[in-house]
Amino acid sequence: MKIKGTQLFVKALVEEGVDTLFAYPGGMAIDLFDALYGEKDFRVVLPRHEQGLVHAADGYARATGKTGVCLVTSGPGATNLVTGIATANYDSVPLVCFTGQVPTNLIGNDAFQEVDIVGICRSICKYAVTVRRREDLGRIIKEAFYVARTGKPGPVVVDLPKDIQQALGSDEYPKEVFMRGYKPSTGVHMGQLKKAASMLESAKRPLFLVGGGVNISHAGEEMTALAEKMRIPVVSTVMGKGALPSDHPLYIGNMGMHGNVASNTAVSECDVLFSIGTRFNDRITGKLGEFAKDAKIVHIDIDAASISRNIVVDVPIVADAKEAIVKLTEIVNPPKHISGEWLRHLQELRAEKPIRIRSSAPLTPEDIIEGINRNFPELIISTDVGQNQMWTTQFIQLKGRSKLLTSGGLGTMGYGLPAAIGAKLGRPEMPVVCVSGDGGFQMNEQELATAVCEELPVIICILNNSYLGNVRQWQEMFYGGRYSCTCLRKRKSCAQWCSSPAATCPPYVPDFVKLAESYGMEGIRVTRREEIDTVFERAQKITNKPTLIEFIIEREEEIMPMVPGGNALSEMITEVKKERK
Amino acid sequence: MSPLLKKRWLSLYVENDVGVLAKIAGLFSGKSYNLSSLTVGETEDPTVSRMTISLYGDDKTFEQIKKQLNRSVEVIKVLDFTELSIHKKEILYIKLHSLKKEEIEDIIRSASVFGVTVCDYDRTSLILESVKTEDENSDLLAYYKKYYASRMEAVRGGSVAIESVSRSDR
Repeated sequence: MKIKGTQLFVKALVEEGVDTLFAYPGGMAIDLFDALYGEKDFRVVLPRHEQGLVHAADGYARATGKTGVCLVTSGPGATNLVTGIATANYDSVPLVCFTGQVPTNLIGNDAFQEVDIVGICRSICKYAVTVRRREDLGRIIKEAFYVARTGKPGPVVVDLPKDIQQALGSDEYPKEVFMRGYKPSTGVHMGQLKKAASMLESAKRPLFLVGGGVNISHAGEEMTALAEKMRIPVVSTVMGKGALPSDHPLYIGNMGMHGNVASNTAVSECDVLFSIGTRFNDRITGKLGEFAKDAKIVHIDIDAASISRNIVVDVPIVADAKEAIVKLTEIVNPPKHISGEWLRHLQELRAEKPIRIRSSAPLTPEDIIEGINRNFPELIISTDVGQNQMWTTQFIQLKGRSKLLTSGGLGTMGYGLPAAIGAKLGRPEMPVVCVSGDGGFQMNEQELATAVCEELPVIICILNNSYLGNVRQWQEMFYGGRYSCTCLRKRKSCAQWCSSPAATCPPYVPDFVKLAESYGMEGIRVTRREEIDTVFERAQKITNKPTLIEFIIEREEEIMPMVPGGNALSEMITEVKKERK
Repeated sequence: MSPLLKKRWLSLYVENDVGVLAKIAGLFSGKSYNLSSLTVGETEDPTVSRMTISLYGDDKTFEQIKKQLNRSVEVIKVLDFTELSIHKKEILYIKLHSLKKEEIEDIIRSASVFGVTVCDYDRTSLILESVKTEDENSDLLAYYKKYYASRMEAVRGGSVAIESVSRSDR
């Protein structure tokens, strides 16, 4: 039977098992939306901006493990996806993004709302392709889903010209994929794995370093079992957090720029660093020459290009994290020479030098995240980017089915709220909390409407210090307190340049509580730690709409400890010298 | 120059599709890899193109380039020709103009000595065609530039390379 391209598109989504489509219409996508009208097999969600849309699809994908699917129009619809595609690409999130396109005979004519979105996205996605012939449509969609979710997952862009959407053609949607240029790695090289195993067995101070790859391959339980069998301590990157329950005795904490002292010490002192699913970026390693300099390094990663790029490793293993962990657990024996001293040393350090916010403020970020820990034994938590993100990843306790959604690689402000919306759509049974700063929240605050209209009870926590706090902290620490364009209370009437907050600063805009109210949702302002539990209890009782909680925190609160960029992990700063400018 | 920096040769099988050349070229520029030359053309299978790429790089960067190329969906196969016995040639055209009669005679003589073809001429200009290695073509270019710098136009094609069937030397 001959059907239109748009009908094949809908059929393809059904066959791929898509249950939620994040979609925003426009001129070059109107035929696709017409085909979606009355669709019963999946839900179509209308966010309020395409950037919010793609982050929501990303949050959905991270929360469910399924592929996030986007549909937008050509031109500005497509370009608004760009930040979200790059975000997903850096954190290996499977997305398929369909973009409308002008008809093939107009491509290249600078037609209304025409952009070369495939060209724009080429370097920030896993694969991008324009469908140029109706007969290729089914195959290309099939391939797009296959490429997005296999190997190292990532975003795929499929550009759909309007004439291809309208053209009649076969109703066949292929069952199989054959791509001669794309062969994701499968299996584990047993020779290499045995080498790595014997290295672990003879280690005196072995350490597991767990990255986001372990979470992506859903290998948390297997990783925990391996660590327990070996009695080897585990540190994680920000993206690897949650692979082991945060309160597990073998889990030492996050390492890297804002990791705890014990974890960074562990990396600096270990003799075998067994790393899984991390690409050793600069926030993780600090000064390269000093990184784990006494250690032999094993590196397991699904992406051959991530191995020996930043850190030259002794035993490289290209494999899926879960597969490698399971196989390793079968063949490896606990280390013969490891003394209880090594683990005790790290556990003591963890207890002696915990991350603490030493502040006399009536409400600290630590209080807020600890409040979340008390009130939500299991949750999906999304963060924005900056101090709010680091405080969350420092203090949050992830247990059971809990997940952390955060833009780790690209560091995209505006990610938190839409990601929480996507997560709640995908996992309605789980409490979903978004922790955002006052700056990042405003980058996608229009998505409050989406949460209200979709009746999603996400709990939004804005940590308001009225600054772009992370940059402000750097300005304070490394730029002589010159607060250049980081104060969000600054007005035309203020002194042009300012280096410290005062009680007389102009009021903050917007008023977040009134903003929430204008969306028909509850907005609550919290200024003291004693109010935290009551507020979370109240928010959890609201089941058909979001709640916004604005926490007023100390304006110049810092994230500590910190390894300044380019320093060795052993050179941590634990306190800011408040030298005034 | 770093001592590890040396000339490398790659031969890629890629999908013969719109945008593949941009993808490969963009990979080099986006990641700051140095590319000396890149040629591309259809193979015996019209759905497949083959690229010959030469570049200067150290071992680590070169390994990373190969991995990045390999993970590109559009790339079917990556062959490293650096250490293999290969045939590689580049086409070079040199057009020389405003020439006197003696100069033309001299150029024709030099062409036969250098093994270069005169593929076109009139009374004051001529075109030389050379199919040689990049280094030999560079030498030729330097030679003619010495005498005709203001009266010449040169265009080079970049190398194409194929693995040898019989030779073991390079």
